Amino acid sequence: MGDKKVYRVLIGKPGLDGHDRGAKCIARALRDSGFEVVYTGIRRTPEEIAMAAIQEDVDVVGLSSLSGAHMELFSEVVDALKKHGASDIPVIGGGIIPEEDIEELKKRGIKKVFTPGTPMEEIIKTFRELCENK
Amino acid sequence: MNIEQIIKGIKERSPRAIARAITMVENGDVLVEDLLSSLDKEAIDSTMVFGITGPPGAGKSTLTGKIVGYCRKLGKRVGVIAVDPSSPLSGGAIHGDRIRMMEHSLDMDVVIRSMATRGRLGGLCASAGAVCRILASSGCNPIIIETVGVGQSEIDIVKIADVTALVSAPGLGDDIQALKAGLMEVADVMVVNKADKPEAQMLAVELNEIAREKGTEVILTIASEGKGVDKLYHVMEKIYLENEKKGIKQQKRIEYRKKEITDWVIEMIRSDIEKKIDSIDTDLDKDPRVVASKVASELKDVLLN
Repeated sequence: MGDKKVYRVLIGKPGLDGHDRGAKCIARALRDSGFEVVYTGIRRTPEEIAMAAIQEDVDVVGLSSLSGAHMELFSEVVDALKKHGASDIPVIGGGIIPEEDIEELKKRGIKKVFTPGTPMEEIIKTFRELCENK
Repeated sequence: MNIEQIIKGIKERSPRAIARAITMVENGDVLVEDLLSSLDKEAIDSTMVFGITGPPGAGKSTLTGKIVGYCRKLGKRVGVIAVDPSSPLSGGAIHGDRIRMMEHSLDMDVVIRSMATRGRLGGLCASAGAVCRILASSGCNPIIIETVGVGQSEIDIVKIADVTALVSAPGLGDDIQALKAGLMEVADVMVVNKADKPEAQMLAVELNEIAREKGTEVILTIASEGKGVDKLYHVMEKIYLENEKKGIKQQKRIEYRKKEITDWVIEMIRSDIEKKIDSIDTDLDKDPRVVASKVASELKDVLLN
């Protein structure tokens, strides 16, 4: 409709971790940078997040975890997307994630991992680049 | 996924294909007309479209989630369009309505899509109308459009619905005043949600007066507990069926169709108008209204010849 392309992303928190301040902070920053952000709330299963991502046809899925279960939960979202024929939707993650886990997460298909202290601009830039390249 | 796969996928109820089709509508993809022409007209004509609107905090998303749950109990496949305002500054939006409907996210017969107003004037309604038809073609019946009932585009969008419920709740203060002014005219049924709150009866009495004038009902619900949801659903269904029998529904849809066509046309020629205005060699010191008249009359000359 002549509008410039609007990017849609999903911010999700898989697992039992109920601390969503970080996720909401990212969601707001993305909105303020012109993204349409679907936020699915706390305590979701990887499958629920993947299905929401498909129905909303988002360009990127961003996951947050502070509970230490990121290894399983993040890769299960990647797997669930693949299972439903949506492996083209890139998944990135952030939260309390030890340096030594990052390489393994990338091997499991997480495109990018952010640890505390990452400047917001860098996170938004990553979302934008992934959206543009999709 | 190419256009043939998407068209086929909609009939097969593929979540991915439905989602892709909606994105094509949203982004004004050129191929979208092939897709829209291929939709199931019979399904579109016989699908009930319900609007749920009301001020922020009234409990619309929770109520919508419960109506979805009730429809599933009845074995119906349901579509939900959740509309949120875009930020006028950044153009971005946060869609949080799904949070209250996540219990249905693994159910393949519940299709939920969030849409932002994107600062479109008529365009949002045009897009939402197309999204409605895609959902109907994929077998969703009913379709629920949920939107904050403040602002022109949000009020306009509920006109897509065959039956609209206006949701209010006690303790929202002056919002009730805004309701009286703007939204009453589109309400086919009024809902007082959070009916377990002490002030709910007062609100119900107040709304009853208005409802009686309009010949509608006031229904009490406690959405968080699912109370009153079945009644609300059946009242909306009853109004739909009555309006269908009287031909009111069909008339409303024809009017809406015309409005949608108008919106699309304006949307499609908007950039040409903007170009024309950029190119005119006119004195911009003149009053904008005066310049507009001149541009409009030139455009009309072109159109009519």
